[in-house]
Amino acid sequence: MRIGVVTFPGANSDVDALNAVAVAGVDAVTLWHESTDLQGVSAVILPGGFAYGDYIRAGVIARFSPVMRGVSGFAAAGGPVLGICNGFQVLAEAGLVPGALLRNRSLRFACRLVAIKPERLDSPFTRAASGQPIHIPIAHGEGCYYADEATLDELERAGQVLFRYVREDGTPALDPDEPANPNGSLRAIAGVCNAAGNVAGLMPHPERMAESILGSDDGMQLIRSVVESAREWEAAGRPAATAPAKAEAR
Amino acid sequence: MSDVTTISPTPEGPPQPEPLHRQLGVTDEELAAIRGKLGRDPNHVELAMFSVMWSEHCSYKSSKPLLKTLPTRGNGMMAGPGDNAGVVRIGGGLAVAFKIESHNHPSAVEPYQGAATGVGGILRDIFTMGARPIAVLDALRFGDPTDPRTRLLVDGVVRGVGGYGNCVGVPTVGGELVFDPSYQGNPLVNVMAIGLLEERMLILAEAPGPGNYVVLFGSTTGRDGIGGASVLASATFADSDPNKRPTVQVGDPFAEKLLIEASLELIDRRLVEGIQDLGAGGISCASSESADKAGTGILLDLDAIPRREPGMAAWEVMISESQERMLATCRPENYPAVREVCERWGIPIALVGRVTIDGDIAIVEGGIGPDGLPNSGATEIARIPAKALASEAIVHYRLATPPTRRRQAPAPGIPLTAQDGLPERGMDPAAVLVALLGSPNLSSRHWVYEQYDACVQSNTVEWPGHGAAVLRVKGTRKALVATTDGNQSVSALDPYLGAQLSVAEATRNVSITGARPLGITNCLNYGNPERPEAFWQLQEAVRGMGDACRALGIPVTGGNVSLYNEYQGGAIAPTPEIGVVGLLDDISLLVRPPFTTEGDSVVLIGHSAPGMAGSAYAALAGLSSEDAPPTLDLDREAALQSFVREAIGRGLVASAQDVSGGGLAVAIAECCMWSGLGARLRLGVSGSPAIELFGESPGRLVLSSRPRHAPAIELLARQFGLTAETLGTVGGDRLRIELTGQGATGAAEERGSRVADALDVALADLRHTWDHGLAHALGLEPAPGHEPGPASEPASSGIATDRGD
Repeated sequence: MRIGVVTFPGANSDVDALNAVAVAGVDAVTLWHESTDLQGVSAVILPGGFAYGDYIRAGVIARFSPVMRGVSGFAAAGGPVLGICNGFQVLAEAGLVPGALLRNRSLRFACRLVAIKPERLDSPFTRAASGQPIHIPIAHGEGCYYADEATLDELERAGQVLFRYVREDGTPALDPDEPANPNGSLRAIAGVCNAAGNVAGLMPHPERMAESILGSDDGMQLIRSVVESAREWEAAGRPAATAPAKAEAR
Repeated sequence: MSDVTTISPTPEGPPQPEPLHRQLGVTDEELAAIRGKLGRDPNHVELAMFSVMWSEHCSYKSSKPLLKTLPTRGNGMMAGPGDNAGVVRIGGGLAVAFKIESHNHPSAVEPYQGAATGVGGILRDIFTMGARPIAVLDALRFGDPTDPRTRLLVDGVVRGVGGYGNCVGVPTVGGELVFDPSYQGNPLVNVMAIGLLEERMLILAEAPGPGNYVVLFGSTTGRDGIGGASVLASATFADSDPNKRPTVQVGDPFAEKLLIEASLELIDRRLVEGIQDLGAGGISCASSESADKAGTGILLDLDAIPRREPGMAAWEVMISESQERMLATCRPENYPAVREVCERWGIPIALVGRVTIDGDIAIVEGGIGPDGLPNSGATEIARIPAKALASEAIVHYRLATPPTRRRQAPAPGIPLTAQDGLPERGMDPAAVLVALLGSPNLSSRHWVYEQYDACVQSNTVEWPGHGAAVLRVKGTRKALVATTDGNQSVSALDPYLGAQLSVAEATRNVSITGARPLGITNCLNYGNPERPEAFWQLQEAVRGMGDACRALGIPVTGGNVSLYNEYQGGAIAPTPEIGVVGLLDDISLLVRPPFTTEGDSVVLIGHSAPGMAGSAYAALAGLSSEDAPPTLDLDREAALQSFVREAIGRGLVASAQDVSGGGLAVAIAECCMWSGLGARLRLGVSGSPAIELFGESPGRLVLSSRPRHAPAIELLARQFGLTAETLGTVGGDRLRIELTGQGATGAAEERGSRVADALDVALADLRHTWDHGLAHALGLEPAPGHEPGPASEPASSGIATDRGD
């Protein structure tokens, strides 16, 4: 089984994703942006970076690249897809996950450790998570999650909110101006998934905190989740995705 | 920018038109020398090429005689001064490349692009050697942080460094931010880059093999950055002069990212024989230096150079400093493969010339035929011996005389209350410590480095903010440790000592992690070398740097000289910025500054010496700079660094911190704040409590260790001829330092002072002041519903003046 990491020109965290997948003990392959062929991988990671320079708006050009046609087909067929940082922005621009990523409220690029907490542990992207706050870095200028109120309500109702930024005590940093909410994301949303549950976007970087030598391997919980989901999806004969069960009432 | 109008421009010379050579920054004397080299008058194109190549920036014509005296030999050095970057072996078939460079004047004219292209330029120096850039450090210096224009510069430069480094995917892991009035009109932006390479990848900036193709790839050539090296970097200037705008280049980090990948693939696959980036001096510099190094010449086809805009004159094309361009030589049979690589990465590439045997840089219009000769009907528009432009460029032996008057520089933005907050004047030393930690130069830099991606590439072990940066080397047990340090305040009083202190502190900050410094790279920021006083400062600094490196047994692997750092007649404080990279063979032995364990012993290595001049305390107290700065014993410094590496190697040390800015009290406070652990200490005071607590005499360390290891540390220290004293233990949520001995209260009272007999303060208070100090000084402290930013209105900048509250 292999996991694919897309390399757009200007992607720079592809090396981090490839490294983390390798640390998780799985073969990782690079998927070149000009090819629609996903080389039979069992999961796809869209990495961080500045695809095509992101001079206009993050992800707005990448969504039109050939590889994204392949990724859309892969997602429609139920394959697990995780977009991290710029990858999340690309998925949002492509409409594969709901919502949009606006400029950070500070109007500045922000890089520091943040705490996020999975909203549910039964998703393909959180199944190996402990449920405790996960400390991993952010590194983005456009990470402020936005959707209209109705959409936000629906996302929460349908259990599509996968991660929220949390305070030290583990409670969600709902105030867009509080320090624990690093970019002003509405309802402290750090990660979401599509209705079918097999495509997820996440602003912080689990792949950059997946080895204890780097300070923590918290991020490995999420990488391992993707690996397990890919294995299971492969073993089950690549079934179409089914909508996730509703999240527990919060 | 209305702020620009607040700066009164310097008149641009006499009204009548200057002769062409002077307009290009070439003196009459230099023109005569050019005639001598050519045996005739240069034409416009040739004169333009000479003007950039003989500029201070490209030729080092003033500093070359001094730099020759530096120790440049060291174990494992594969490349050094004269190459794009120093390269040193680290074992296992790997090597590290590193170099620091300035982009001062461009940043003063256009802070965002100036800083951004500064990052881009130094990164190219690294991957041009065959190394993958793995880290950036930025050493920044500005004037008064409460000044609105300074705030614009700080904001623009920080955004520029981040905007480029973040996009290109190289983490910014460390650096410096210093405020001093002398930088008011002339900020310093020094950027250091580090790269990692397999030894087999090393490639030099040469154009070997007559008949080989010369290819230009990367961005197209435009009018941006014309005269950057000659007009902007090599002359004093008025930063409000709009005519200088076009001399600042515009950066494209996306193009640079592609250039990195393409260049490293070309080198890895052995498709190119030599490669050189186009920086200062553009294609004139890249072609002449590459040819000169290889003892060849280059025939250039001007028409083949891809343009960004129509109607460019030949001389503009030849000296354009458009960014993100590379010049390479390849065998004709490899050209198709070279082309394929560049096109796959979406990079324009053009065959622009041939390597020749005649040793000349020759430029033709009208094309070059398949035979490598100019087409019939082609006209030669320039021909200059490569060495006349490069290795045999003019050298000036400048006059050096010591200055007659000394400069006094109290740091800006100091809270008024601190004027009275001195032990000698009867106030609580804790108040002084708090004032120091909150001061613009000692407070936390998190506002800056949190705008930089510090963790891309998954190598960052030690993030910015707590001492030297630490990067693991994937696939090994090794780690690289890097730092930049420059002491401008002592340099202003004694440039020789200031340079020594800069080398000592930078290498010490590497040694206290357990790593062995591999070499230093240096960025020498000084004034107009045509002024004997400024040139004397440079001369003294090079002497001091050389003596320090010899004493410590560390080679100078390269560097950069930035002169003409003056504004409206005032020179900056001489600033020797030292970058160091160290190697830690076993990362499991890494030691960091923060305390680690409640109950550990705190041991002070070395003893204080008098001399407060140039210290943060002196600036805070507004003390006269006429007091002497502390002296540096290089032999003891060498012993200190050997000792701490030995102690760490033996596993005796839990944490190690050096005593520098703000003195012992600040050093210990940082160990506490960064760990969340307090300390209960007793400090013997022989002379002045202020000197003991806040003096910055070098050669001291604060170590912590398991109590049972403390005696072994003290013994080892004595074996290295160093004093060692156990001060107390780690623990609690306060920092308490009792002052004992006749120097404390007793002697102080005799001097009519009422010194508290202890420094006692809660960590929470230290942490708060330290965290917010910079934001206060820059007027960034976020008010509710108010978007922070240095460019914000006076309403918020008023905060900075209320810091005593």
